[in-house]
Amino acid sequence: MTQLQARVRPGEEAATEVAVEATDLRKTYKQIEAVRGVSFSVRTGEIFGFLGPNGAGKSTTISMLCTLVNPSAGRARVAGFDVVSEQARVRQQIGLVFQETTLDEYLTAEENLRFHAELYGVPSSLVPGRMQQVLEMVDLWERRRSLVQTFSGGMKRRLEIARGLLHSPRVLFLDEPTVGLDPQTRSHIWGYISELKRREQVTIFLTTHYMDEAEYCDRIAIMDNGILVAEDTPEALKGAMGEDRVELHTDDDPRAISELGQRFQVAASMHEGAVTFHVPGGEEFVPRLFAELGVRIRSVRVARPTLDDVFMSHTGRTIRDAEASGGDRLRANPWIRSRGRR
Amino acid sequence: MAAAVEVPQVRIAGGRLSDDLRALWVVWKRELIRFGRNRMRIVTSLAQPVLFLFVLGTGLSTIIHTSGNFDFRTFMFPGVLGMTVLFTSIFSAISIVWDREFGFLREMLVAPVHRWTLVLGKCLGGASVATIQGAIMLALAGLVGVPYRPVLMLVLLAEMGLTAFALTAFGVMLAARISDVQSFQVVTQLFVLPMFFLSGAVFPVTRLPVWLGVLSKIDPLSYAVDPLRKAVFSFIALPPSVRATFDPGVSWGSWELPVAVELLLVGVAAALMLTAAIRQFSRPA
Repeated sequence: MTQLQARVRPGEEAATEVAVEATDLRKTYKQIEAVRGVSFSVRTGEIFGFLGPNGAGKSTTISMLCTLVNPSAGRARVAGFDVVSEQARVRQQIGLVFQETTLDEYLTAEENLRFHAELYGVPSSLVPGRMQQVLEMVDLWERRRSLVQTFSGGMKRRLEIARGLLHSPRVLFLDEPTVGLDPQTRSHIWGYISELKRREQVTIFLTTHYMDEAEYCDRIAIMDNGILVAEDTPEALKGAMGEDRVELHTDDDPRAISELGQRFQVAASMHEGAVTFHVPGGEEFVPRLFAELGVRIRSVRVARPTLDDVFMSHTGRTIRDAEASGGDRLRANPWIRSRGRR
Repeated sequence: MAAAVEVPQVRIAGGRLSDDLRALWVVWKRELIRFGRNRMRIVTSLAQPVLFLFVLGTGLSTIIHTSGNFDFRTFMFPGVLGMTVLFTSIFSAISIVWDREFGFLREMLVAPVHRWTLVLGKCLGGASVATIQGAIMLALAGLVGVPYRPVLMLVLLAEMGLTAFALTAFGVMLAARISDVQSFQVVTQLFVLPMFFLSGAVFPVTRLPVWLGVLSKIDPLSYAVDPLRKAVFSFIALPPSVRATFDPGVSWGSWELPVAVELLLVGVAAALMLTAAIRQFSRPA
């Protein structure tokens, strides 16, 4: 292993505490302002999630960080290098997994990886070992000789993640790594991503519009309409909401609602068959409820605020509302104008 | 195993000539791997030239008066070689549009290598594939009275290679501007078939009406088909009258262009197309 480490080129040690840093980054396509000034920083070794509905500007932001698209204004540095003036250096330091599959389906898994290794100049003596390492990590080692066109959607995504890691990037960008996959495959992919962070000491920057997935991230930024509306750890964001959601099933729901209003000054309403309301410190509130509510309670559920609630409090709508009205602003990006996968 | 894996710190490409050459090589190799794997493509793209040569050619030879025992299909043979190269080259270029549509182009475009290496690798790959297809057609030479002389074969291969490179570069230049397969096919139909018919591949273009004759001289493929035909005809003995009809050459006014000039024109066209394609792909979005 020491001889592997000895391959680090002297002077390449520009590793910084900040893996990605964006300052007032903007992108305008003709009339469309896809990204309207975003600033954030990602620390080395963390999983940073970019969250928002389709068309919020996430993909455009990622494209700028990956040097595929030049910013209209603002600056960004990835692994210490400027994305405009030091494009080649940035490209050396990053791995990418795109929203659409970018594999060659007529080649085998192994051939796709070899192609990548040669493009990125991975020394040929390291390729076989490294290839085995990444393929085993995503459980595709046995299938390495199969044509990619025989793979399922989840397998293709896993292969792309393996390929993105092949050249040991400092920062791995994952654009919607789980979009279009079934829930079981999605949770597998997340298993790999968490594993990866532990084993590869790589910074992971990802976008997603699945709120539940953001829970896996160390920190998240919420993007809507081309700007960032919040940035923090999922816990802190939810903590800042202050209130927990309580759901009750009672013998007499209408009476429970009116009593909650009168005795506890809590505005409750029926939601999906349960009496639902928000209070600070929900778990402390429940014993009082049992002691003082004049209706027999059959079941109680206390839920911490979810990121859905967080998104709603910052944007005034749920992410599903946003999806429904979300424009196809990112389609203006010429590198992304190929068929989208929805 | 739970222990963290040692991650090899690899030296990454960028900037050096050896990196660029390796990128070029791997893009070229991909074209050939894909070609070799797609047997159907090899067969179907040979079907058309075979059809032209043995069905259309045989049919036409029944109504076209040729003196002596000159086989009309001997005349058509170089044209059909040109056709094979033309169709295969353009088809290779279409794969760029496919790559764009299926995302693989992005995998290449974000790599830390110069874009020209990708474009040149693609053109060389497409040209190699087209030349191989041409070589397969060349194997049929004996059936239409063209002798298998090594020198002739080598000259034809080299000329096909140059033509294939120019045509692939032309296709790649188009593909850079066009983002979906449907419109690429429309555009190629607009270029490819007229280029083919006006090039003198299937009929001599000397006795055409003026307007068609002019178009034929504008057609770059004319300057690629004529050297092929000259090479073939130089290896068969023919009466001068037949030669004058079926191997008239391309003339500007009274000047009949020598083969070297024709090939130079093809080479210049190739360089221009390649430059345009590289420029197109090097533009930042």
